[in-house]
Amino acid sequence: MDVFLDEFFNAEVMLKYLPEIIDGFWVTLWLAFLVVVSGLTFGLGLALLRAYQNPVVNAAIILFVDLFRALPPLVIIIVGFFGLPFVGIRLSGFLISWLSLTCVLAAFTEEIYWAGITSVNKGQWEAARSTGLGFGGTLFFVVIPQAIRMTIPPLTNRTIAITKNTALASVVAVPEMLTVAQTSLAYAANTSPLTLAAAGYLLIFFPLTMLSRWIETRFAWKR
Amino acid sequence: MVEWEVIRFSFFNLETLQEIWPMLWRGWLMTVQLCVAVVPLGFFAGTILATIYSLRIKSVNAALIVYVDFFRSVPPLVLLIYVTYGIPLLLGADIDAFVAVLFAFTLNSSSYFGEIVRAGIESIPKGQMEAARSTGLTTLQAMRYVILPQALKNVAPDLTSNTIELIKATSIASVVALPELLRMGRVAQGLVYNATPLIAVAVIYLIMLWPMVRLLSRLERRMMSSR
Amino acid sequence: MARVEPVVEALAIHKSFGDLEVLKGVNLTVAPQELVFIIGPSGSGKSTLLRCCNLLEEPSSGVVKITGEDITAAGVDINQVRQRIGMVFQSFNLYPHMSALGNVSLALRKVKKQPRAQAEAKAQEALERVGLAHKADAYPTELSGGQQQRVAIARAIAMEPDVMLFDEPTSALDPELVGSVLEVMRELRKSGMTMVVVSHEMRFARDAADRVLFMDAGMVVEEGPPDEVFGAPKHERTKAFLASVNGH
Repeated sequence: MDVFLDEFFNAEVMLKYLPEIIDGFWVTLWLAFLVVVSGLTFGLGLALLRAYQNPVVNAAIILFVDLFRALPPLVIIIVGFFGLPFVGIRLSGFLISWLSLTCVLAAFTEEIYWAGITSVNKGQWEAARSTGLGFGGTLFFVVIPQAIRMTIPPLTNRTIAITKNTALASVVAVPEMLTVAQTSLAYAANTSPLTLAAAGYLLIFFPLTMLSRWIETRFAWKR
Repeated sequence: MVEWEVIRFSFFNLETLQEIWPMLWRGWLMTVQLCVAVVPLGFFAGTILATIYSLRIKSVNAALIVYVDFFRSVPPLVLLIYVTYGIPLLLGADIDAFVAVLFAFTLNSSSYFGEIVRAGIESIPKGQMEAARSTGLTTLQAMRYVILPQALKNVAPDLTSNTIELIKATSIASVVALPELLRMGRVAQGLVYNATPLIAVAVIYLIMLWPMVRLLSRLERRMMSSR
Repeated sequence: MARVEPVVEALAIHKSFGDLEVLKGVNLTVAPQELVFIIGPSGSGKSTLLRCCNLLEEPSSGVVKITGEDITAAGVDINQVRQRIGMVFQSFNLYPHMSALGNVSLALRKVKKQPRAQAEAKAQEALERVGLAHKADAYPTELSGGQQQRVAIARAIAMEPDVMLFDEPTSALDPELVGSVLEVMRELRKSGMTMVVVSHEMRFARDAADRVLFMDAGMVVEEGPPDEVFGAPKHERTKAFLASVNGH
C-alpha cells in the first residue's frame, strides 16, 4: 500500500510539479475550447450546406465526413505534423492538433446535425412552405428547432469523446497537460505527476460526462 | 509541375513503399491482433456491466455509473501511459506492452460498450422480462435469451460505431512503443526520410475502416426509417 | 366431504406502492378446475392481485399458496413455482425476435431442460390447441393481435401449468378479434384448466365463470356465482359499476 501511495500519490512530487501541470492544464483547456467552438460551427455549416442538395457539394461533404470518420485522429495529427514539412508546409503542433480535431469533430457532428434535419417529418416542410415560408425560413424557424432536441444528446457525447483527444497533442510537442506530466514523470521517476494530469482531465471532462448523462435521461423522458 | 514532383516523391514514393512494406505489414498484423483481442473483450465486459446495471441494485448502480463516467472522462492515452509506466514501477517488474494496452483499452471500452448496451436494454418494454419470468426463466436466462438479443439489435449502429472508434483508438498504442501499424509507419519514416510511410499507414486505415463507416451510415439510415 | 386443496390460495394480501395502498387485505381462493372471474373499475387493484399470485408483484404482506405450497416463504425457488402458473398479458408480450414456435418452446428448453426436438414437438402441440399450428414459423409482427394472444396462451399452456392467470387478455384487441381468443379460453375451460381471469368481457363471465369477484378500491366488495353478482348484486358499488359497464 505504501509503495502504491508513494508511486501514484506522492505529495512531495505532486507539489513540486503542480505549477507546471497547471500551465499545461490551461493549454489543454484552451485547445479543447477552440476545438469545440470551431468543430461544432464547421460541422453545422457543412450540414446546412448539405441541405441545399447540390450533388457536387454533397458528394464532397460526404467524402470529407467519411475520411475524417475513418482515420484515427492520431494518424491525422502525425501526418500533418511530420508529413507536411516534406512539402514545405510547417505548422506548429498546436495548430495541427487544433485543425485536425476540428475536422474530426466537424465530420462527426455534420452527420448528427444532418440526421436531425432529415428526421423532421416531411409534412413539416410542406406545412411551413404552404404558409409561404421560404426554404431558409422553414429550415431556421421550423426544422432546426425540432432537430435540436434530437441532436443534443449524441452531440454532447461525441463532442466530449473527441475533445478528450487533445491529449494526443502531446505526441506533437504541444506543451499541454499530458506532455508536461510525461516530462515531469521522467524527471521524477515517479507516476504522481501523471495522477495530477489525470485529475486535471477529470476536472474538465467528468462534469461534462455527467451533464451528458443528465441530458440523455432528460430528453428520453420527454419522448 | 515541380511541386507535384515533390509531392509524389515525398508522399507517394513507390520505391520507398516497396522498401518499407514488410515493416508496415508486421505493424498491420499487430493492429489486427490488438483489435481481435480488445473489441470482444470490451464488448463482453460492457455487456456484463450493463446486465449488472439492469438488476437495479441501487448502491451497485451508483458505483457502476462512477466507473463508467470515470473512464469516459479520462483520455485513453492518459490511461494507457498511466498503466504502462505505473504498473511496472508498482510491481517492480516489466509487463508485456501488449497486455498493458489490452488492460487500458478494456477499462476504457467497457465503459462505452456498457453505456450502449444499457441503453439497448432500457429500450425493451418491461413486459418482455415479465413474460419471460412468468414462464419460469431466471433473470439471467431472460436476459440471455429474450432481452439481450433484442437490445443488441436495437443498438447495432452504436455498437458498430463504437467498434470503429475502438479500432481507431488502438493507434495510440504507438505512443507506448507497441509495434502496431502507426508505430511501424513512424519507424519507417525515420529510416527513409520521406512521408510515404505515413501516407501508406493512413491509406491502410482507410481501407480497413471506410467500408465500416459506409456500413454504419446505412445501418443508421435503416434504423431511422424503421422508427 | 373431504376438503379439496385449492390450487390458488391468496390470504390477506396487502400491497402498497409507496404511499399508495393498492390492495387492502384481499383473499382469493381458487378450487381445482374452477374459473374465477375478477371484475372492477380500473385502479381497483385486480391486476395487481393477479400479479401477486405469481409474485410478479411482491405482496407487502400476506401469504400466497399454490397447490398448498407457500410461495411467499423464504427460500422458495420462484422459477420452479412459475412453471406451474401460466400467465397471459394484456399486451401479449411475445418475444419479437423469435417465431411463434420459438416463443412457445423457449421455457420448455431452458426451464424444463427438454431437448430441442421434444420441446418443439410439445410447442407445436400447444399451438395446435390454440388453432395456430400453421403459424408456427411466423414472427409476432406477421400475426394479428388475436393470433399473437393465442400464441401467448400457447406459450403458457405448453408448460402444463396448474393454473392460468389472464390479465385483461382481450383489452388490447380490435373487437372483431376478441372472439377467437375467448373461444380458445372456453376450450381451455372445457379441458378442465383452472383459471383466474381479469377482464371486462361481462358476457364471457356470465357464460363461463364459476364465480365472480367484484373488486373496488383494493378490496373484494362482492363475490358469488355469476347469476347472483350480475343478476342481483347486493352492494351499491357493484350495481353502479355494472350499470356503467352495461351503459356502453
